[in-house]
Amino acid sequence: MAAKSTSTAPGAPDGDSGPPKKPVRVGRTADEMAGQQRDISVSEFFSKNRHLLGFDNPLKALMTTVKEGVDNALDACEEAGILPEVIVEITRVADLERFGSADAAAAAASAAVSSAAAGAAASVAGDATRTSQPVSAAASDPARPASGGDEDSLFQRTLFDADADPTADKDVDEKEARKEARKAIPKVRGRKVTDPPERFLIAIEDNGPGIVPEQIGRVFGKLLYGSKFHRLKQQRGQQGIGISAAGMYGQLTTGKPVRITSRTSKRKPAHYMEVALDLQKNQPDIRASRDVEWDRPQGTRVEIELEAKYQKGLKSVDTYLRATALANPHVTIRYRDPEGAWQVWERATKQLPAEPREVQPHPYGVELGMLLQMLKVTEHRKLAGFLENEFSRVTKRAAIEICELSGLNPETWVARVAREEATALHAALGKVELMNPPTDCVSPIGEGLLVDSLQREYPNAFIRAVTRAPAVYRGNPFQIEVALAHDPAKIAADQTITLMRFANRVPLLYQQGACAISKAVTAVRWKNYGVTHPKGALPTGPMVLAVHVASVWVPFTSESKEAVASYDDIVKEIQLGVMECARSLGQHLSKTRRTAEELKKRDYIARYIPKISEALQKILEFDAAERDRTTERLTDILNRSRNL
Amino acid sequence: MSKAPRKKPAQTRAELDAVTMESIESMAAAVHKKIQGGQKPTLSFPIRSLANVDYDSDVGYLKIGDATSERTLTYNTAKGFAQTLLLMEFARSQIRTDRHSTKREAYYISKNWGEARFDEQPESDTVLDDIEAMFAARGVTREQLRFTAEEHGGSVSGELVVIDPAGENGADVFIDCTAFGSGSYSIPTDVEGLRFETSAKFILCIETGGSFDRLHRARFWKKHKCILVAMGGVPSRACRRFVRKLSDQVGIPVYAFTDCDPYGFANIYRTLKVGSGNAAHINQFFCVPRATFLGVTPQDIVDYKLPTHPLQDVDIKRGRDAIKNDPFFQSHRVWVKAIEQLIDSGDRAEQQAFAAHGLDYVHDVYLPQKLADVKAFLP
Repeated sequence: MAAKSTSTAPGAPDGDSGPPKKPVRVGRTADEMAGQQRDISVSEFFSKNRHLLGFDNPLKALMTTVKEGVDNALDACEEAGILPEVIVEITRVADLERFGSADAAAAAASAAVSSAAAGAAASVAGDATRTSQPVSAAASDPARPASGGDEDSLFQRTLFDADADPTADKDVDEKEARKEARKAIPKVRGRKVTDPPERFLIAIEDNGPGIVPEQIGRVFGKLLYGSKFHRLKQQRGQQGIGISAAGMYGQLTTGKPVRITSRTSKRKPAHYMEVALDLQKNQPDIRASRDVEWDRPQGTRVEIELEAKYQKGLKSVDTYLRATALANPHVTIRYRDPEGAWQVWERATKQLPAEPREVQPHPYGVELGMLLQMLKVTEHRKLAGFLENEFSRVTKRAAIEICELSGLNPETWVARVAREEATALHAALGKVELMNPPTDCVSPIGEGLLVDSLQREYPNAFIRAVTRAPAVYRGNPFQIEVALAHDPAKIAADQTITLMRFANRVPLLYQQGACAISKAVTAVRWKNYGVTHPKGALPTGPMVLAVHVASVWVPFTSESKEAVASYDDIVKEIQLGVMECARSLGQHLSKTRRTAEELKKRDYIARYIPKISEALQKILEFDAAERDRTTERLTDILNRSRNL
Repeated sequence: MSKAPRKKPAQTRAELDAVTMESIESMAAAVHKKIQGGQKPTLSFPIRSLANVDYDSDVGYLKIGDATSERTLTYNTAKGFAQTLLLMEFARSQIRTDRHSTKREAYYISKNWGEARFDEQPESDTVLDDIEAMFAARGVTREQLRFTAEEHGGSVSGELVVIDPAGENGADVFIDCTAFGSGSYSIPTDVEGLRFETSAKFILCIETGGSFDRLHRARFWKKHKCILVAMGGVPSRACRRFVRKLSDQVGIPVYAFTDCDPYGFANIYRTLKVGSGNAAHINQFFCVPRATFLGVTPQDIVDYKLPTHPLQDVDIKRGRDAIKNDPFFQSHRVWVKAIEQLIDSGDRAEQQAFAAHGLDYVHDVYLPQKLADVKAFLP
């Protein structure tokens, strides 16, 4: 790789001989070019594309690792029909090394923050440990794979060196994250933004079905291993790259393997494994494997050590977990932050969400390319049969109608459908009247549970939730849910509302501006509902707005799955949902205003009417009885007219 | 030009007070009666905006129009309504005990009103202005309600005895305005109860204290049988009221002597003669329609070869504004011509510019020459 980079650098001086010359284009032969063509290793791919996977900077790396771990834990529990109970622990390795165990470190960390002096001392000690670490880890860690050594050290140099990777540098979100980092981090126990990333140990534990020992290696030690890719079903992950990518990131930054403890049943022992990735072969490299004592009856605990940065605030782990709890009311989450403080979100329901079904595509909006692909692989031989059996909601009659509209015989052999005919067929698919796709292929959170979830955070708020009927974009069923909490007592009134975005129950924290949800919320005329709304921005007010897009295939703007793409059908549905909530809010607000007005009137009358009578009494010199009669009469007069 | 007011105003303080008390009581009674009849009480105020102001050449001042606004008691106006009545009640108690208060003091008085108190003085000023307008419609001034301005009235010297009933137990005090030596009599903030004795033939209202001093030290008032008044810029309410009362009572002409510039014409002289647009509701009391303009006129600059200064942009703007928008100047052709002459010449002159011809020139030459032909004064 090093050789490649020097030989192809344009305009590079030719040795030391004189001033740089203008590069001359020299024709190369296929043989010469073949010499440069070779396999790209997984780590190289990762290094070049880490922004696609959510590891563009140390802040986001921490976030993404937690996110992938939690997603996996929830999916595993739900698939096994177990009410999920997830534990997330983040510990500074520096604290860990000084105190021996994670628990002791956490206890010490929490003690440290309680006293400013102790905190400063811990911070100094931490600094000293940290600066010496990368050297020793790279040079002397015996657990390190020998084969990947060279590439790893290169990777370590370039991973956070933005200039080394111009493609990633252009990423808007990275800039945003950096800006955020400058603003948000400075005060974390006295550490500054300019500090190098710290080492953290992230542990994620669930009470799920566990993983049989034979599978553990493959699940955690092999990229792109999973069962979720290219299935038309509502699910959290889609690419099967998440947790093993987090493990690899940890391995690349600290040299430590992923540590897994898993137990599949009370009757079986727990199994402990340390799994590294063989970066050349994309194969698990198992370092340790043994049965251990574990006080949990079943479940999985994953521990990843990595270089990262921790922050509180808008895009923090805290926010992510709070949002996760809101969108997954059947989940209990326990979280211990690096300062040793526990936060617990108890489940609001014991009802697991209905399991989403895998579905066939709906004819509306199926792309031509997809149709051609389907025509190619189908087992059905006649066109009408193909349409009826490969698509959702296409009846025999609808299939015949589609054929007529496209000028094709229903009895046509599928294999004989020419490209032009397929185009006509594609056009006809959008024209027939069909039922909406089946509802049970998406599983909404539900209005009641959304209200319950918000109520726990904002007990005295005005809360409204709406679950829209399912709709279709590009042949994919989707469903929009909107929940709104308005709480002037708990939320700042003069700031932009908090918008929480969810895709298939997963909170989206980045790229808010590029997201269809933000666009839809911004496009709503909030002023009609009595809410302050700066032009072209999110509304302002003491409000939290949560929008959930559930779909068998959520269209993201990019592979990092941080923003929902703006399909008209989706934006429209979100708007309708938001407007329904906003309408209720508007009614609530005007009712509140009327009540306040009424109270004010009453108050004004009680305060000032006696003063009028007193003044009249003094000027006209009548007695106290007449004064009181006047007050009474005047109060009557005003109260009478008030309600007219 | 200077017609006598249509109704002879009440003269003595006691008479004035009786009118004022009656006004307060009848307004309160009307409110009380409405309440007894089960109706929402109302108060009626003249609208105090420039749109409701006009120059009435018959009466000779800027006059407020007939537009009034009814203020009905609702929960929204309850506070203002209470404050208006409380201030009226306070005015009444002031008259009964013969006390005065300034606007600022009135504001502090309200601190005893509990919930109805004023939080800031501008609130009480607004209510006072409303009351003033309301009573002006009945011929009662703010001074008669015993609310006085903070500003001083101006200085007076000459052939005049002021009879002020402000002595012990309401005894009259006789003030001889020839007897202040090099000093002068200072016009009080409330001139309503004053009476006058004089043998003077005219009143000369002077813009600056400097020119007033020069004429006073030269005993100009003795030689020409007159009363000198120093206005000190735009005349205050008390100053205008004093000159008005004095000239009405003894029936002598009033001459104005100001700088020759748009400010001297449009601000000082215009306010003295016809009142100000801002306070049109009180102009009927606070203007001197019989006043005429002695000088310095733009023609005087030429005739007396006065040293000049160039007109500033603001002067020119003010002059043009007077010609274009001021109903008083517009109804007097000669004034429009004079202002145009001034703007065309591009120069202004101050009344003290006569010193260029010697310190005595103004009282020995200029004023006697002008006074020889009072018919030629600008209206």
